[in-house]
Amino acid sequence: MGSRGIRTALAGLALAAAMAATACGSGQTPAPAAGGGVSGDVTVFAAASLTEAFTKIGKDFEAAHPGTKVTFNFAGSSALATQITQGAPADVFAAASPATMKTVVDAGDATGVPVVFVKNQLVIAVPKGNPKGITTLENLSKPDLKVALCAEQVPCGAAAKKALDSAGVKLTPVTFEQDVKAALSKVKLGEVDAALVYRTDAKAAAADVDGVEFPESAGAINDYPVVALKDAPNKTGAEAFLAYLQSAPAKAVLTAAGFQAP
Amino acid sequence: MAVDEIHHPGAAATPPRRRGQRRIPVFLIVPAGLGLAFLVLPLLALLLRTPWRELPQHLAEPAILEALRLSLLTASVATIFCILLGVPLAWLLARVEFPGRRLARALITVPLVLPPVVGGVALLLLFGRRGLIGSWLDETFGFTLPFTTAGVVVAEAFVAMPFLVIAVEGALRGADTRYEEAAATLGAGRWTTFRRVTLPLVAPGIAAGAVLCWARALGEFGATITFAGNFPGRTQTMPLAVYLALETDLEAAIVLSLILLVVSVTILVSLRDRWISSP
Repeated sequence: MGSRGIRTALAGLALAAAMAATACGSGQTPAPAAGGGVSGDVTVFAAASLTEAFTKIGKDFEAAHPGTKVTFNFAGSSALATQITQGAPADVFAAASPATMKTVVDAGDATGVPVVFVKNQLVIAVPKGNPKGITTLENLSKPDLKVALCAEQVPCGAAAKKALDSAGVKLTPVTFEQDVKAALSKVKLGEVDAALVYRTDAKAAAADVDGVEFPESAGAINDYPVVALKDAPNKTGAEAFLAYLQSAPAKAVLTAAGFQAP
Repeated sequence: MAVDEIHHPGAAATPPRRRGQRRIPVFLIVPAGLGLAFLVLPLLALLLRTPWRELPQHLAEPAILEALRLSLLTASVATIFCILLGVPLAWLLARVEFPGRRLARALITVPLVLPPVVGGVALLLLFGRRGLIGSWLDETFGFTLPFTTAGVVVAEAFVAMPFLVIAVEGALRGADTRYEEAAATLGAGRWTTFRRVTLPLVAPGIAAGAVLCWARALGEFGATITFAGNFPGRTQTMPLAVYLALETDLEAAIVLSLILLVVSVTILVSLRDRWISSP
């Protein structure tokens, strides 16, 4: 409890210093409107599946707001949530599941209500050319197939379980991977014949894998909520990034990556 | 720990040294104290956050016991494997002049420098289904290492063996070679000398190396989850279980880490009492 108090005090101090610096530098009240008053580092904690899309959006954001620098921390949503609730300094949190976002909101670390900005759906990732001819979810339960799933504790695993359960498909994977990128890399390396991953991940790895769509994935769509954090060192930066996510160019990048509009 | 000094072997034969009256240099005691605090305080922070009441309940969970059993088994088998190959390797590096010895010595430290996850990928590229050796194993015997308990042992041994080799090589280089020369003069062959003279001489070094190796293997995470995957009862060791528990429940993860910690410390302390301080 004592250490928490010290941490809060330190964060407050850093925030005060940052505000003082902004006030001295620009001499105007910070406004969340695009283009004005935004500067400095914006730290975004984002789910691993957002890696490609957010890296692009971050570059576009920096171009739209000269003087800003976006730094990303991409990892499994749950690991990021733990880091945030343990006091990691971040401005924005984008999670791959509402359940993970809830742990951050419940801990009192968010400002406002999280907004769902995209949805993602599972596909079956198979090696390029689909050598085993997998076309349906049922195909995965063939005994001679090696399948990788995400662990149930991470969002892609929870979605996979939901999809398999609703389809009534029983399958024993060879491994429960720690995140969606790990599951995908097992397909890329040829160690498994198939894995359930997000459509966006299959798309990002299109050079090595094919994504097989299956109807049951509609029953296990993942919402991606995003929120500004209470202890954000750069509050105006956080607001500006959230606003930019709703802009047409950002939406185009997200759609191109395979995400669906909410 | 004052007991140690009283029972010190030969303490009765030699006159007591007046160690206590010498001043301890402040330039040593301050960094030493800081070093100790640096290593112990994070552990203390962990202990303070431990929900002790939940401990017995977690200990009774079959899944936890399964992961613990698998961890102890694989770390021990990996250590035996490392001793069988690592001690001869350390001997070769310490005692035999051969071209490329410096390079070989540098290469065995590679697994120490390599991020374990990359080590896991490297193992997949060698032993995986499409790997250099793995594809041959798969086609000839229909056998693949990834996703098996044997795969866990391979991943742990890959990461832990350098610790053993470096410790044993250091012991060999520090050991007095005149005993070996005397044995050779008396007509012992190299194998006999190694077995009857060198091995007993560096036994403490081997024990220390084996402990380091076992401890590293027990805590192995990155190479294991990358190469062997994560499947309860087959490849899910304690560190993997801890990592996944961390995804949803910090308290449970702390409890799991503590169980691993208590079990490993208990084993190491009891081994130490039996093997190291008995002679």
